[in-house]
Amino acid sequence: MSDLVIGGNKLESRLLIGSGKFPNHDVLPNVIESCGTQVITMAVRRVNLESKEENILDYIPKDCILLPNTSGARNAEEAVRIARLAKAMGCGNWVKIEVISDNKYLLPDNQETIKATEILAKEGFVVLPYMSPDLMSAKRMVEAGAAAVMPLGAPIGTNRGIRTKELVQILIDEIDIPVIVDAGIGRPSQAAEAMEMGADAVLVNTAIATADDPVRMAEAFSLAVKAGRTAYEAKLGAESVYAKASSPLTGFLNEGDK
Amino acid sequence: MGFYDLLKSYDDLNYDDIFNSMTDEDILRIIRKRKLSDVDFLKLLSPQAGKHLEAMAQEGYKKTLQHFGKAILLYTPMYLANYCVNKCAYCSYNLENDITRKKLTEAEIEAEAKAIADTGLRHILILTGESRKHSPISYVVKAVNILKKYFDSITIEIYPLSEEEYGELIEAGVDGLTVYQEVYNPEIYDRVHIAGPKKNYRFRLEAPERACLQKIRSVNIGALLGLDDWRKEAFKTGIHARYLQDTYNDVDISVSLPRIRPHVGVFEEVHDVTDKDIVQIMLAIRLFLPNAGITISTRENQAFRDNIIQLGVTKMSAGVSTEVGGHTSKEDDTSQFEISDKRTVEEVREAILSKGYHPIYKDWMKI
Repeated sequence: MSDLVIGGNKLESRLLIGSGKFPNHDVLPNVIESCGTQVITMAVRRVNLESKEENILDYIPKDCILLPNTSGARNAEEAVRIARLAKAMGCGNWVKIEVISDNKYLLPDNQETIKATEILAKEGFVVLPYMSPDLMSAKRMVEAGAAAVMPLGAPIGTNRGIRTKELVQILIDEIDIPVIVDAGIGRPSQAAEAMEMGADAVLVNTAIATADDPVRMAEAFSLAVKAGRTAYEAKLGAESVYAKASSPLTGFLNEGDK
Repeated sequence: MGFYDLLKSYDDLNYDDIFNSMTDEDILRIIRKRKLSDVDFLKLLSPQAGKHLEAMAQEGYKKTLQHFGKAILLYTPMYLANYCVNKCAYCSYNLENDITRKKLTEAEIEAEAKAIADTGLRHILILTGESRKHSPISYVVKAVNILKKYFDSITIEIYPLSEEEYGELIEAGVDGLTVYQEVYNPEIYDRVHIAGPKKNYRFRLEAPERACLQKIRSVNIGALLGLDDWRKEAFKTGIHARYLQDTYNDVDISVSLPRIRPHVGVFEEVHDVTDKDIVQIMLAIRLFLPNAGITISTRENQAFRDNIIQLGVTKMSAGVSTEVGGHTSKEDDTSQFEISDKRTVEEVREAILSKGYHPIYKDWMKI
């Protein structure tokens, strides 16, 4: 399997995971180990540096890349402030920009996200913007300095799969930086589907965190991501509605040879 | 249209007609619906829906998991002052009640803050009675400036303010507002609020909207259940929450379900609200507003609080004292009402963990 490179870091695992919604922090190290993820995202607003039991950073192995997210930001300015706080807290220089001003569906605000991307990329952050899959917005994020784009498959937490398939496919086809499908992936088969489409990686949280056995579910997602990526690299056979035994339209061209 | 007018548009709603003209199938269909109408919500509050609590709980569980996962945010109240100019029939702070009146000094606020912060909590709710003389905005601002050093999130539960005053407190560092209408029925509201500025029903009803206009982050509303028929009051609480969610998309809206607790003073006309009723309200709200927070205070007892964790609760108070200065002193004659669950923060934390849920101490930070 080929490597994925983001912000100069070579990643062997194409599965990124989220750290919210788990029944406790204790399960996190086992989840990380069972799926082999190298990038884990956490809400900066929930990081509690002052607590021994509640500081999530203590549960993440040091060789993982932290991807603090700006969850809670309602505009670009707040996202920028949260990203700077994350850096000051020792979370590294990666940031997933989440700008959400709609608390019902938690859909991202692409315009504000572009603004925040530009500011933070200039400041040297490795910026991964969470976005609605819109080609023009994705292009602007690339111009603004994003290290990858993270289009949603369906609203956060819904487990509804890649409902935005056509639009995500266009991003995969047209955008030269990595495309990471984030949000909505509810089953390993849907993660495999995203990878077969040519997505560079997927980010999964709810489906793992709220499974009865998060550790085994993480493993299942890891296998699905590998299967999907391998299938993509092996080049899937073309689909057809007909059985391919003959050439119904052009077969006559060969008939004279008989 | 503001919420006052929306609420008025329901004045002629005939609750009994709706309750009498529905079937069990209606309820099961509503439970499966993607988006519920106001009337669907009312039907889930009906006596008939009371027979389908398990089906409602199953669906509610899924929705809570989707939106909140297994996280429960812990907070505790800090009573700053209990001077009050209102005469409310159900409250110990009633100006006619002979209780010790007290207001924390800055040093006392600091000591209380330290004691609470030592328990690990990072979210604080500050309360005062209604007295612009003893606890004016400037006093609350001073308190916020002290508390900012110890806590990541500060919510106020004080008398309703003007939009400008909310702006001033938000600027000072307040990010949440709790304001209970107490009772949405205007006649009962007028009867139980015997005298004082709290008699102004509309000024209180529109307080959340004024705070939302000033870009507050979270708003928690509720009715004091027991002052009127709970089905009607829960309905009005739900449509109030939906109105706020629809109008102010970027504000987190949550709902509390406080039941009347024993208090100093006399108020006899209490409508009964059973544990089962509270569960029905909670589930109806979860299905109607899948992404609204649901707060349960220590007015409820330990066993009941532990049992409802899986039914959609997202916020719980812990280590509570309703005394002014109750986290550092043992005086016990200044309280607003009696609490029921007297466990420490650590004990509540353990109880939540044993249910397979994650007690969260911090869900926000000043940015």
